[in-house]
Amino acid sequence: MSAPNNSFDPVQVTPLGEEQVFAMRDAALQAIEAAADLDALKQVRTEHAGDRSPLGLANREIGALPPQAKKDAGMRVGQVRGAVNQALAARQEVLEAEAEERMLLTETVDVTVPWDRSPRGARHPITMMSERIADIFVAMGWEVAEGPLVEAEWLNFDALNLGADHPARTMQDTFWTEPAENNVVLRTHTSPVQARTMLTRTPPIYVVCPGRVFRTDEYDATHSPMFHQVEGLVVDEGITMAHLKGSLDHFAQAVFGEGITTRFRPSYFPFTEPSAEVDLICFVCRGSGLAESGESACRTCRGEGWIEWGGCGVVNPRVLTACGVDPERYTGFAFGMGIDRTLMFRHGVGDLRSFFEGDVRFSRAFGTEI
Amino acid sequence: MKAPVSWIREYVDLPAAATTDELAARLTALGLKLEALERPGADITGPLVIGRVLTMDPEPQKNGKTINWCTVDVADANGTGEPQGIVCGAHNFAPGDLVVVVLPGGVLPGGFEISERKTYGHLSAGMICSSAELGLGDDGAHGIIVLPPDAGKPGDEVRELLHLDDEVIEFEINPDRAYALSLRGVAREAALAFEAPYADPALRETPAPNDQGYPVVVDDPAGCPVFVARTVSGFDPAAPTPRWMARRIQLAGMRPISLAVDVTNYVMLELGHPIHGYDADKLAGPIRVRRATEGERLTTLDGAERTLASEDLVVTDDTGPIGLGGVMGGSTTEMSETTTRILVEVASWNPTSMFRTGKRHKLTSEAGKRNERGVDPTIPEAAADRVVELLVAHGGGTAEPGVTKIGVAPEQPTVTMEAGLPARITGMEIPAETVVDNLLAVGCEVTGTDRLTVVPPPWRPDITDPFDLVEEVARIVGYDNVPSVLPPAPAGRGLTQEQLFRRRVGRTLAGAGFVEVLTFPFLGETAFDTLGLPADDARRTALRLANPLSAEAPLMATTLLPGALEALARNLGRGNGDLALFEAATVTLPRVGAVAPILPVDRRPTPSEWDELNEALPDQPLHLALALTGDRDTAGWWGPGRKAEWADAVEAVREVAAALGIEVTVRAGDQAPWHPGRCAELFLGDLSIGYAGELHPRVCKAAGVPERTAVAEVNLSTLLAHAVAVVPGPEFSTFPVAKEDVALLLPVEVPAEDVAQTLREGAGALCESVRLFDIYTGEQVQAGHRSLAFALRFRAPDRTLTEAETGEARGAAVALAAERHGAVQR
Repeated sequence: MSAPNNSFDPVQVTPLGEEQVFAMRDAALQAIEAAADLDALKQVRTEHAGDRSPLGLANREIGALPPQAKKDAGMRVGQVRGAVNQALAARQEVLEAEAEERMLLTETVDVTVPWDRSPRGARHPITMMSERIADIFVAMGWEVAEGPLVEAEWLNFDALNLGADHPARTMQDTFWTEPAENNVVLRTHTSPVQARTMLTRTPPIYVVCPGRVFRTDEYDATHSPMFHQVEGLVVDEGITMAHLKGSLDHFAQAVFGEGITTRFRPSYFPFTEPSAEVDLICFVCRGSGLAESGESACRTCRGEGWIEWGGCGVVNPRVLTACGVDPERYTGFAFGMGIDRTLMFRHGVGDLRSFFEGDVRFSRAFGTEI
Repeated sequence: MKAPVSWIREYVDLPAAATTDELAARLTALGLKLEALERPGADITGPLVIGRVLTMDPEPQKNGKTINWCTVDVADANGTGEPQGIVCGAHNFAPGDLVVVVLPGGVLPGGFEISERKTYGHLSAGMICSSAELGLGDDGAHGIIVLPPDAGKPGDEVRELLHLDDEVIEFEINPDRAYALSLRGVAREAALAFEAPYADPALRETPAPNDQGYPVVVDDPAGCPVFVARTVSGFDPAAPTPRWMARRIQLAGMRPISLAVDVTNYVMLELGHPIHGYDADKLAGPIRVRRATEGERLTTLDGAERTLASEDLVVTDDTGPIGLGGVMGGSTTEMSETTTRILVEVASWNPTSMFRTGKRHKLTSEAGKRNERGVDPTIPEAAADRVVELLVAHGGGTAEPGVTKIGVAPEQPTVTMEAGLPARITGMEIPAETVVDNLLAVGCEVTGTDRLTVVPPPWRPDITDPFDLVEEVARIVGYDNVPSVLPPAPAGRGLTQEQLFRRRVGRTLAGAGFVEVLTFPFLGETAFDTLGLPADDARRTALRLANPLSAEAPLMATTLLPGALEALARNLGRGNGDLALFEAATVTLPRVGAVAPILPVDRRPTPSEWDELNEALPDQPLHLALALTGDRDTAGWWGPGRKAEWADAVEAVREVAAALGIEVTVRAGDQAPWHPGRCAELFLGDLSIGYAGELHPRVCKAAGVPERTAVAEVNLSTLLAHAVAVVPGPEFSTFPVAKEDVALLLPVEVPAEDVAQTLREGAGALCESVRLFDIYTGEQVQAGHRSLAFALRFRAPDRTLTEAETGEARGAAVALAAERHGAVQR
């Protein structure tokens, strides 16, 4: 509450009559409406609603008026000030929106320009497929076993019922290391990991082993001295070929899609008996052997309807014996598939050499998960 | 094995409606895998008839050749009955001969269409055919086919006469089905497949052995348990091989040679038993079978002179070795165009010995292939008798009465099996009766009901174990009937920690822009020279392959860098720039002199045997290699890029380590192939794990990669072994941080990392981090020195630090740097 106005100064006192106050209001509202931008509005605010503006001064005068006049003027000035402030806020909002719009417009860029500032990384499809296969089996409760690439002859051959004079030894053209009397080879298959696993774990055994293998094959579009296999081994009580079939059907569907089944053909491997080759129903023609047009042969399976996928069988009891597993109590099954081959079917890779040339375009096409 | 279907049907009464496709499919399901199906003759169409040559006028040509203008009677085959005028370039025939004529409209193999055409001044209407032109192979006549006078009359179709049409199934034969390397065996399987009647061609009456036969002594009955010899004399060496026999031999994938040779091959294909024929007049004295003496020499039929080893089984006469028993005959007693007396040898040989001899002499032959897998030892007499029969029938000789037979076929081993085993192993329901029936069907003798006593047939030496019988039963019941059941695996523990860590490495690098490559681990010494490795560098000690694919790369890699650089160079050559590659793979670090024992297989190895075996293997740690060249940050419209450099290689290793929860520290290193001034040796604590930095300029040049290429190679196994599986949950203060910068003048030789360490140590427990943010050399810094600017952050766990406290800590840090490195604060 201000003190009584003892120093009445006609110069500083603005009459607070209705007319004047409304005139102030109209002038203010007009100025607000006319403010073109935020700066102008700021100016208007000072001039028409600031402490030193006519309305501001009028407000200050109110306290000096006699009681009745004070009440009337107070109401009047208060209403007018409210209306002006409201107009200011509204105009402020409009102008801010306009200003923002202008700013956004000026900041517009060409979003189509490239921003490839760092070359893209990728993992190798064989690594990724190995992991994917491992995950399929891990999801069933299996584990992933491993073994060395440079391996003892005994583990690569003898322990797997491939004695020194077994004709099947020549089927797997082996890289031998020097001196020969050290009996060390580059593993020709992932099967020595079977033996290692049985010798270091006790049944029940459920393992897969993806890995590199070597054979003295000349390097061409379908052969390579280095390639990749995934081995599976189960040793448990009551295991049968039906469990083998079930596991491979599941494996096939997990990799190639629903409805893909497998077919067994009698075959021969020294480490399994009975042995079978596993064919996969062609996931392109679904077994019909025909291309989509229906006229020519399916290119993926060459019209056969089936694709040779790998080998498998019931673990030969002789192998169990050499690896210290009681063949009277346990039976088992094993399988081996080509990972490179699986990728070639699944992704239509025509040349095995693509995997080993290191061309970044190849790995990049597959990204970081397969 | 290629089997003509007409030949298969000779021994098995297949349903007439059974197609060859069905036959092949059923045999595949039984284990004889279809490899290819051929339909010879199918590529010949149109009129192919007998013609009688009426006239033949030789007409010399300007080009020096003489052609024959012939008229040939083909009766009504040409529609007119008039003689057909044909120009023929061959001369091995005469007027009156019966020949094979293809008339206009016919098509010969290779899509060769026959039409009337003008040639050598005549209108030639057709062609007189040679054996080769009809796809019948080279019959040795080197001219057109002249049919015997009784072959037929002009105008007759000749397809059947020439045995043109057949179907041939090529099978892939597994080592355990050696019996299927014969028509006898294939037909037996076909009989199984169709449950059709089978007539065993080896079942025949044979004359009893006597002592009038050719004298034979077998010194090594274990190596040669049975030796049968028969003799045919008065044989006409000029007698031709009958057309049907030559055709079958050809369709089975062998080459007809002469009647005597063809008969031995034919009977081998028929019965599966290898046979050898000698020119009996070239034999000197009795035949003796023995092991060779070391260094003995023999020239085999292929013309190679071989030095024999004491393990080789040889057939000898008074002159010494005349054949490598069961593998290949010798040249001195070879049958020829003058041979009139033939000694037929059919002998059983020890398969292991055959395998070893074949391997030792790098000799593969049709005989060796069968003998090393094992042939039926009960049929040598039948095979010899069949050979004699065919020689006499087609070569006009007489069978001498003498029949030599030394030894007897070894008894077949007996296998016992529970009748329930096939069901238990295959998961199929197989009643005991089915088990017995199926074993009988494959030729076994079976006694017992629950516990079966089984004698496998003599042509199945592969059946030795109960599980072999299981396979026999299962394949007949049908593998297609095996149900699909998931095994009840116990709860697993997932991937091992190390396997998880390994995945993390690849993902981290891929995320950092590196592309994974897989390279062959084969190197030559030149790879080490390219890297500039000193002569005594440990990486030059590599495991050598006895049989490398390339003589240039006989070593197992001890470092991944050559492969990485090769991949880099290949990419650059293909126009792929801006490269960051990585490979994670094992290297092979040999141990000297360790022998991996060949352990017994009838029991588990003892712990010490197991250790001995594993310790004999080379050390095979997992390495990680990185290689970078070109832009690490690509240039573009935004401005210039940033070239990959030494520091990127170092940082990538740090990133991998960080992903594994560990910290790598860096010291200046000096190691080939790195630039000596830009080589970082990487440490885990005091453990050196490898190097990273810029490649030596000389190495860049030698390897064909751009200068300033950056590489790293670290022992990933070591990193993985130290990786932190369980990261402790971090605790951090929420009080305000106090920041202090210090700039220190130091001699350039002082490593920044050392100074940072010192500051950290000097600043004490309140110091949260020390980070180098600027390096300055220039006018205001004296020569040989540089200014290193570090940002220090301080924070206490329990309070806001006062200026006095941070000032004091900073002061202590600077003081220690001054004391330890001579640092002067700027």
